[in-house]
Amino acid sequence: MDHDTLILFWVAVLGFAILVYGLLDGFDLGVGMLFGLSQNGTDRDAMQAAIAPSWDGNETWLILIGTVLFGAFSEVYAVLLSALYIPVLLLLIGLIFRGVAFEFRKQSGAAMRPVWDFGFWAGSGVVAFVQGAAIGTMITGVPVVDRHYAGGSFIWLKPFPILCGIGLMAGYALLGACWLIRRGQDSLRARAFLWARRAATGMVITLGVLAALALVLRPEAAATLLERPRAMVFPALWAAVVIALFASLRSERRSAFPFLLTALSFVSAFGFLAAAFWPWMIPGAVTVADAASPESSLRFMFWGAGLFALPIIIIYTAVIYRVFRTGPVTTY
Amino acid sequence: MAEFDATLLSRIQFAFVIAFHIIFPAFTIGLAAWLATIEAAHFFTGRPVYRRVFDFWLRVFSIAFGMGVVTGVVMAFQFGTNWAGLAERAGSIQGPLLGYETFTAFMMEATFLGVVLFGRNRVAPWFYLLACICVSLGTLLSSFWILANNSWMQVPVGHKLVDGRIVPDDWLQIVLGQVQLVRWPHMVLACFLTTGMSVVATASWWLLRGRHRDEALVSMRWSLGLMAVLIPAQMFVGHLAGDIVHRFQPAKFAALEARFETQQPASEVLIALPDPDTGKNLYAIEIPRLGSLIASGTLDSREVGLNTFPPQDRPPVLLPFFTFRIMVGMGFVLLGIAWVGVALAWRGALERARWFQILGLICFPAGFVAVLAGWFTAEVGRQPWAIYGILRTADAVTPSLVTMDVALSLLAYVAVYGIVYSFGLTYIFRLLRDGPRDFAAPGDGTAKRPMSLAAATAPGRE
Repeated sequence: MDHDTLILFWVAVLGFAILVYGLLDGFDLGVGMLFGLSQNGTDRDAMQAAIAPSWDGNETWLILIGTVLFGAFSEVYAVLLSALYIPVLLLLIGLIFRGVAFEFRKQSGAAMRPVWDFGFWAGSGVVAFVQGAAIGTMITGVPVVDRHYAGGSFIWLKPFPILCGIGLMAGYALLGACWLIRRGQDSLRARAFLWARRAATGMVITLGVLAALALVLRPEAAATLLERPRAMVFPALWAAVVIALFASLRSERRSAFPFLLTALSFVSAFGFLAAAFWPWMIPGAVTVADAASPESSLRFMFWGAGLFALPIIIIYTAVIYRVFRTGPVTTY
Repeated sequence: MAEFDATLLSRIQFAFVIAFHIIFPAFTIGLAAWLATIEAAHFFTGRPVYRRVFDFWLRVFSIAFGMGVVTGVVMAFQFGTNWAGLAERAGSIQGPLLGYETFTAFMMEATFLGVVLFGRNRVAPWFYLLACICVSLGTLLSSFWILANNSWMQVPVGHKLVDGRIVPDDWLQIVLGQVQLVRWPHMVLACFLTTGMSVVATASWWLLRGRHRDEALVSMRWSLGLMAVLIPAQMFVGHLAGDIVHRFQPAKFAALEARFETQQPASEVLIALPDPDTGKNLYAIEIPRLGSLIASGTLDSREVGLNTFPPQDRPPVLLPFFTFRIMVGMGFVLLGIAWVGVALAWRGALERARWFQILGLICFPAGFVAVLAGWFTAEVGRQPWAIYGILRTADAVTPSLVTMDVALSLLAYVAVYGIVYSFGLTYIFRLLRDGPRDFAAPGDGTAKRPMSLAAATAPGRE
C-alpha cells in the first residue's frame, strides 16, 4: 500500500470518527442542553440516566479525532489547536463540568446539586457551541505561515463562526430530543417531541442564514461549487431528509425514526462540507497531502489501530449499545 | 531570574494539569486491577463478602475514573494548544503512539465501564467479569502507550531527521525499546502500590472505628500480601530505571545526585541543600564511594558532574534532587508497611494492632507522593530539553502563543480544578469513611446506609 492510499485511509477514518462523534456525543450534549430546559426532577434524573452508560465512550471519539489528527495530520492538529486556544479552553472546561456532573450529582446533597445541574447543561451547551464555532472558523479561513498558525486569539469571534456555533447547538439539541423520543417515558417523551420540533426549526433557520451569509462573504466559493455539481447532491438529500423529519415529528409515538432522520441530516451536511472543500483540510491553507504524516507513521497506525483495533471498537460499541437498548437504566 | 513568558507559563500549566491528572490514573490503574481480581474471586467462590468489597470500591472507582477522564481530555489537547512546535516536529512519532492509546485503551475502558457501572443485571456473570477485565486491560494499555511516548522523549531512538522534521524509522525500537521496557513496569508497579496503600489505609480506618470488620480484613490481607511482593520488585525495577538515566541522561543523573563536579571515586550525597549558584552542597551528609557503587556498581568509578555540561544544557538541580529523595523515601515507607503488615497478618494480629492501623491510615498518601515525586524527577531532570538532545523546550512551544492567553488559561484551569478537586475528593472521602453498605438494591443510588453495628461486629466468616 502506498503513501496516497494510506492518506486516503486515514482521511476516511477521520471523517468516520467526526461523524460518529457528532452523532453519539451529539445526542449526549443535546440531552445535556435540554436538561436545562426541564425543571422536573424526575425528568432530569431520567434524562441523565438515558445517557449515563454511554457518554464516556462517546466523548472518547473526540479524543480519537484529536489523536488521529496528531498522528496522521500533525500540521492540522498543531495549527487548529493553536488558532482556537481560547475556544479549546472553553471546550475542555465545558467537558469537565459536563463529565463530573454524572457522579457529583449523585453524591452531592441538596445544597450543591443545583450547581452540578447547572454545570451539566451549561457545560453541554458550551461544548456544542465551541465545536460549531470551530467549524465556522475553518470555513472562514485560518492564516498559516511556515506550517504554524499566524493569527490572533479571537479569529473565532466573528458572526459566521458564532452563527455556526448556534446552529450546531440546535442540531445537537435536536439529536438529544430524538434520543429521548426513543428512550424517554411518557411525559418526557411528549416534551421531547416539542423540543425536537423547535430545535429542528432553529437548525433549519440557522443553516439557511449561514448559507446566504456564505454566498455573500465568499462569492468565489459559490463559483467553485458550480464546478462541482455532484457536491449539490448533499444539500438536496439534506432538504428531503429534513422534510421527512418534520413529518415524523407530527406523531407522538415512541419511534427511532426521528433520530435516524436527524442522523442522516448530519451525514448529508458533513458530506457537503467534505465534497465542497476537498482536498483542503483547512480551507485555503492546508491540504490533506500537506498535512499528512510520513508513510512510516501512517503505515504503523494502519496495521494495528486501523485494520485491527478500529473494527473491534465498532463491534464492542455496538454490542454495548444493544445491552442498554431497552428499559430504564438503573444505577449501581 | 526566569521571565514569565508564554513558555514558562505553558510549562507551569502543563505541570499543573498533568500532576493533577496523574493522581487519578495512578489510583485507578491499580483499582481497576483490584476490582477485576475481587470480581473474579466472587465469580469463582460466590462469597458475599467479595461482592460487598467490590461494590464499595466500584463506587470509589466511578468517581476517581470520572475525574481521571475529564482531566485526561485536557491532556489530549495540550500538545496542540501550547506545544505546537513539538506537535509539528515530532507529531509523526508521538501522534501515532497517542493514537494507539486511544484506539486500544481509551475506547475499551470507557465502553466497558458502562457495563461495569450499569450493566450488572443486564449481562451474564461471565460477561460482567469480562467487562471488568477489559476495563483493567484498558487502563494498563493506556499506561503502556503513555510511557512509550514519554520514554521516547527521554531517550529518543528509532527515528531519523528529514528536512528538520523527526520521522519514525524503526517502530519496534520506539515502542519496545529497552528504556520503555524498564519505565513502563516501573510506572505500573507504582500504580499498584499506590492503590494497595490506599486500600490498606481505608481498611485501617474502618478497623480503628470498629466497622466493616470482614471487608476490612479481606481488603487488608489481599493488598498487604500483594504489596509485600511488589515493593521489592519495584525497588529492583527502579534501580534499572536509575541505570538508564545514568547511561542515557548523564546531566539528569548528575542533577538528581547534586554532583556539581566530576568525582572519582564518587561520594553519595544522602541529603543536603544544594546551591546551584555556587555549585556547593550545604549541610551535606555524604558517604564516600557510595556514589560510585550506586551509579556503576564499583567502589572507584568516575562519575560525571554538572560541570561537564555547558550551562545552557544543565537541568535544574533543586527539584530533581529533592523529588528523587522523596520518591525513594516513600518506597521505603511502603516496604515497611507491607512487610510489617504481612508479619502481623501471619500471626493473626492485624485486628488487634491498633498502632499499625494508625500507621496505615497516616501513610495513605505515600504512593501518590512517590508517583508525583518520581515524575517531577523525570520531567524536570530532562530540561532544558522537550525531546532529550533534539528539541529544546523553548522551541517546542506554540509560536503564535500570547502570554496573556496562557495566563488566562492557567488561571482558569487552577480555578476549575480547584472546584472539581475539592468536591470530588470530598465525595471520595465520604465514601471511604462510610465504607461498604449492605447489598444495594438496584436503583438505590443515593442512600447511604452503613452496616448496622451488630452486623459489623458479628464474628466473620473468615
